[in-house]
Amino acid sequence: MAGSYYFVIVGHSDNPIFEMEFAAANKEAKKEDHRHLNQFIAHAALDLVDEHMWKSNNMYLKCVDKFNQWLVSAFVTASHIRFVMVHDNKNEDGIKNFFMEMYETYIKYSMNPFYKMNTPIKSPAFERKAQFYGKKYLVT
Amino acid sequence: MGQEVGMKVIDLLFVRERNCKRETKLLNMLLFIKSTLWKSLFGREADKLEHANDDERTYYIIEKEPLVNKFISVPKDKGSLNCSVFTAGIIEAVLNGCGFPAKVTAHWHKGTTYMVKFEDSVIARDKQLEDR
Repeated sequence: MAGSYYFVIVGHSDNPIFEMEFAAANKEAKKEDHRHLNQFIAHAALDLVDEHMWKSNNMYLKCVDKFNQWLVSAFVTASHIRFVMVHDNKNEDGIKNFFMEMYETYIKYSMNPFYKMNTPIKSPAFERKAQFYGKKYLVT
Repeated sequence: MGQEVGMKVIDLLFVRERNCKRETKLLNMLLFIKSTLWKSLFGREADKLEHANDDERTYYIIEKEPLVNKFISVPKDKGSLNCSVFTAGIIEAVLNGCGFPAKVTAHWHKGTTYMVKFEDSVIARDKQLEDR
């Protein structure tokens, strides 16, 4: 049972660095489309993420917020880059694994001397990786 | 100076050395800088970490012979020049990046001393965390 996922990497000044959506292919015939809400839900959860991240020293913060049927999971890196995921069904392990893999990919990407922190990521290779891990852990 | 290095080194070190655990306590953060960061940058730990007696916002990291100064002869007319400002920049970037905003400066004192001055909000938050 695969739901839909919206993944965003948020920088230090609440700016989006990277966005991506994952949805199961067989669900296209939905009546209502709420995809436009994803960004709002993710943004609304940022304050809660900021609050939660001082309570534990784990990077994966599990589910931090709920909005109607959507759940928001978050992951905070050591340098306080926030990964936020809006999803509509529970999949804790998958999301955790996905975050870890994305973190690794992100670190590798940020080691590039030409990449300036907090600027949007526009690399096709990075996108491909995200797509791959999304398929592997989220939409299986 | 050094900010770029500091920013990028954080994530790398935390993943390599800390098994993906973040640091939320101020003292642990400083110890992390003193040992882990220093080891990866210069191959050994910093000599001393001290807390200022009169000001709880201020900490000192002391190093007798910093690598960045070792092979540099300071010109006579620039007697107060200290290349450790580069290291100070790295420390500052690491602290800022980890959510502990601070100002770091380098001074000639017992070798080289890095003065770390945290913002009030950091101290307040740390106290709050300790109470819990």
